[in-house]
Amino acid sequence: MYDVIIIGGGVSGAAAARELSRYQVKACVLEKEEDVCCGTSKANSAIVHAGYDAATGSLMAKLNVQGNEMMEQLSKDLDFPFQRRGSLVICLSEEDMPELQALYDRGVANGVKGLQILNREEVLEMEPNVVDQVYAALYAPTAGIVCPFHLNIALAENAYANGVDFRFNTEVLDIKKMEEGYELITNRGIYHTRYVVNAAGVYADRFHNMVSEHKIHITPRRGDYCLLDKSAGTHVSRTIFSLPTKKGKGVLVTPTVHGNLLVGPTAIDIEDKEGTNTTKEGMDQVITKAGQNVKNLPMRQVITSFAGLRAHEDGHEFIIEEVEDAKGFIDCAGIESPGLTSCPAIGVMVADLLKEKMGLVKKENFIATRKGILDPDTLSKEERKALIKENPAYGNIICRCEMVTEGEIIDAIRRPLGARSLDGVKRRTRAGMGRCQSGFCSPRTMEILARECGMSMFDITKSGGKSQIVVGTNKDVL
Amino acid sequence: MKQYDIVIIGGGPAGLAAAVSAKNSGIDSILILERDKELGGILNQCIHNGFGLHTFQEELTGPEYASRFIEQVEDLKIEYKLNTMVMDITEDKLVTAMNREEGLFEIQAKAVILAMGCRERSRGALNIPGYRPAGIYSAGTAQRLVNMEGFMPGREVVILGSGDIGLIMARRMTLEGAKVKVVSELMPYSGGLKRNIVQCLDDYGIPLKLSHTVVDIKGKERLEGVTLAEVDQKGKPISGTEEFYSCDTLLLSVGLIPENEISGGMGVEMNPVTSGPKVNESLETNIEGVFACGNVLHVHDLVDFVSEEAASAGKNAAAYVREGDRLENEKEIVLNPVEGVRYTVPGTICVNRMDEKLTVRFRVGGVFKNCYVSAYFDEERVIHRKRQVVAPGEMEQIQLTKEMLLKYPDLKTITVKIEEA
Amino acid sequence: MEVRNLTCISCPMGCALTATLEGGEVISVTGNTCKRGDIYARKEVTNPTRIVTSTVRVTGGTADMVSVKTKEDIPKGKIFDCVTALKDVTVQAPVKIGDVILSDVAGTGVDIIATKSVEV
Repeated sequence: MYDVIIIGGGVSGAAAARELSRYQVKACVLEKEEDVCCGTSKANSAIVHAGYDAATGSLMAKLNVQGNEMMEQLSKDLDFPFQRRGSLVICLSEEDMPELQALYDRGVANGVKGLQILNREEVLEMEPNVVDQVYAALYAPTAGIVCPFHLNIALAENAYANGVDFRFNTEVLDIKKMEEGYELITNRGIYHTRYVVNAAGVYADRFHNMVSEHKIHITPRRGDYCLLDKSAGTHVSRTIFSLPTKKGKGVLVTPTVHGNLLVGPTAIDIEDKEGTNTTKEGMDQVITKAGQNVKNLPMRQVITSFAGLRAHEDGHEFIIEEVEDAKGFIDCAGIESPGLTSCPAIGVMVADLLKEKMGLVKKENFIATRKGILDPDTLSKEERKALIKENPAYGNIICRCEMVTEGEIIDAIRRPLGARSLDGVKRRTRAGMGRCQSGFCSPRTMEILARECGMSMFDITKSGGKSQIVVGTNKDVL
Repeated sequence: MKQYDIVIIGGGPAGLAAAVSAKNSGIDSILILERDKELGGILNQCIHNGFGLHTFQEELTGPEYASRFIEQVEDLKIEYKLNTMVMDITEDKLVTAMNREEGLFEIQAKAVILAMGCRERSRGALNIPGYRPAGIYSAGTAQRLVNMEGFMPGREVVILGSGDIGLIMARRMTLEGAKVKVVSELMPYSGGLKRNIVQCLDDYGIPLKLSHTVVDIKGKERLEGVTLAEVDQKGKPISGTEEFYSCDTLLLSVGLIPENEISGGMGVEMNPVTSGPKVNESLETNIEGVFACGNVLHVHDLVDFVSEEAASAGKNAAAYVREGDRLENEKEIVLNPVEGVRYTVPGTICVNRMDEKLTVRFRVGGVFKNCYVSAYFDEERVIHRKRQVVAPGEMEQIQLTKEMLLKYPDLKTITVKIEEA
Repeated sequence: MEVRNLTCISCPMGCALTATLEGGEVISVTGNTCKRGDIYARKEVTNPTRIVTSTVRVTGGTADMVSVKTKEDIPKGKIFDCVTALKDVTVQAPVKIGDVILSDVAGTGVDIIATKSVEV
């Protein structure tokens, strides 16, 4: 019997687990995929929003501003990349100024610090690649960019280090209210728990509706993106948003913490909660809209495109509360943008809720920090030489595009909640994320995975499940 | 810090031939840096035959062709380091490299020959919509898995792109027991050699669908199938022509890109058409003493021409090292590719530095039948060679001689073009 | 009289060949730019042959596979028999380039030889 089971190992679930692990509690995260960060958390804009978007007084607005404020310290504690680059919302004509002003006013009301409306010249001085016809922009210096994979993985690893269990490939099929707590029926057996945290992303409505008469409804809202090569990574230095107008919503153009350029997303409501396929229409939209605010975008430098699903609840608000007619069942639902930004605050809010209900007591030996995978690029030449001498695996480049060494890949596999698939290695080390998109390194990474995990090459997958990379040997069916 | 006269980046066909040629031109201090565990580069996985007709007057497989050069490198006692990645090179030719044994180390070179080869374009670069399951490989990745490691990436295969690697892999996969259902090519012509269509597709009854592309990818975990559609003249899919092929494997053979991150980092100027360095008659880049050859310079279809080009780079690098042998760079003649000719290598010629003969290589932008390859020395047409057919998949060349050029002392521009009959 | 249009595979030029047959005998070949084209066309319309390249497994070596080929061309109809014959062949390292891996493959009288060396 667990005290708390968290359904979902995305940023919300992992943040909740990490905050909860400050207390003396027996907790477990159930994740249907083979790794954390496999749903909404892995495919989004990777933006830490300033907080002027959400309606004043909403939970979204509150947690956005809080999360933004927490992100910097958290990135230091848990060693993940975060850069406070600032953002601009581009206004293209004088007639749209009221909308820009409204955004500014809302931001101020939400408690966003440092907002400024810049004129054309100021914008172009800051970002010379913004289109010439820019009229003005809302500048938010507190906005930033983050690596969502590393944020998610860091939270999970730290929760694990503080005693939270993680069960992967474990899909909750049904939830039953018991005399005490809940029974979770999964594809891998039955779990009992006193409390449930429903952090299931696009599936959160399904679990909520299993225990409550007050139904909620989540629409997977697909966002298509294009990722550009690092050669385009400095095209803009801040996140460039489009001002939503009567003519519609544009796409953003942003640098990423790893030096690429990201363009997107679309917003297409779909039915399929697994519908992460890009479509031609979506891609065309991204490409068409990309140039509205930023000029000369080198769209020929696209190295990959992908789509993510936002968990859009009908009420367009975070639902973080105990379900009224299901005591002990805590929703953490409708976590769409600014969910990534808010996740540190979401974690605290969920933990506070449970602390109060369960009367949790703090641990004395809580480990507040975590070291990420060592990136030799951050070392001086001398340090790097010493590192290779100590561990020659750091002298062996496996991914030539991102210059990832065998040492980093071994670290990614051996550390707690380590990588077990090519995508797992990729999210942790960037091996395979570069311009050749794993063409060169995947056979090499497979060998390392097989060796380190004692797996056969036939068991190695791209991302768990049936995503095997090789299916047989030469001539085996002849 | 170690010093070498010539450091060659890459131990594939280009690097090997450049090394042998530089050594034979009298330079002893040569080092080849190779990132893989053996010399030979991509030839090690190209186990099919068809290499070496020009160079050795016989048909060899890739590994055999490579071994001929590796033997020479060994016999000539040319130094090389394996499993060694070059991290960067400065404009002053300070090479930083890394391997397990020596860690991070620096080498000062007098001359550098860039011979890093190329990489394959990936799915991402094509923006093919759909899911992103396992089962989608570049043809070269599949080639490595099958030929070097003995693993089958899948059972039922669709190939997008009719570049030579794609065609070769259609046959390889078939002979290892897979079913290759179709090869789809976006363009109205194949990107590969004609003989590969005959011996890799026709021999095995594999259909080639020209003007077709993949418009959807099905399968969340492992690939379950792809949808092909015909495309119009602009390459846009024609609605209503979609056809679904169930398959567990999609191989991409959609183009090669010279691998010039290191070159760019050191300040080498690039030709946007080839994605390779701009070079002069000596295959020298804008940085003095930095030469380029093989697929890093421009993508070749025949390794024989890579070897030939690399030998020239090696010889020129040797001349550069022995400074005295090199004449002053006088005025340059500019090569101007127009009307069907996409680029030329080299891009400029300095007559007093060129050899008696100079091969100018280029590719065309479309299929031209019964045409002429022409070169105009300023206004005067000097070369006018009849060709039955020229196509983008096959590299073309014209030969210039010093004798020819000396007859035109005021020559400024050589325009290379395709002319209709 | 029968006319067969072929693409020569003897070299990368890929010449378009025309072979004219009469009573199963080749009476003329046109379109070739070298002697190899003539030889290819005559063979291709009477007894087409191919060089087959493949791989076999190696044990105890620095590589898991070694590339191989038929030492000479074999009848086209024998290609699959040839690769099937290689299915269960495993060789012990060291292998030297040119070593005979399997003699008289699939009754063709042609040997399979290694095209690469594999060290121990």
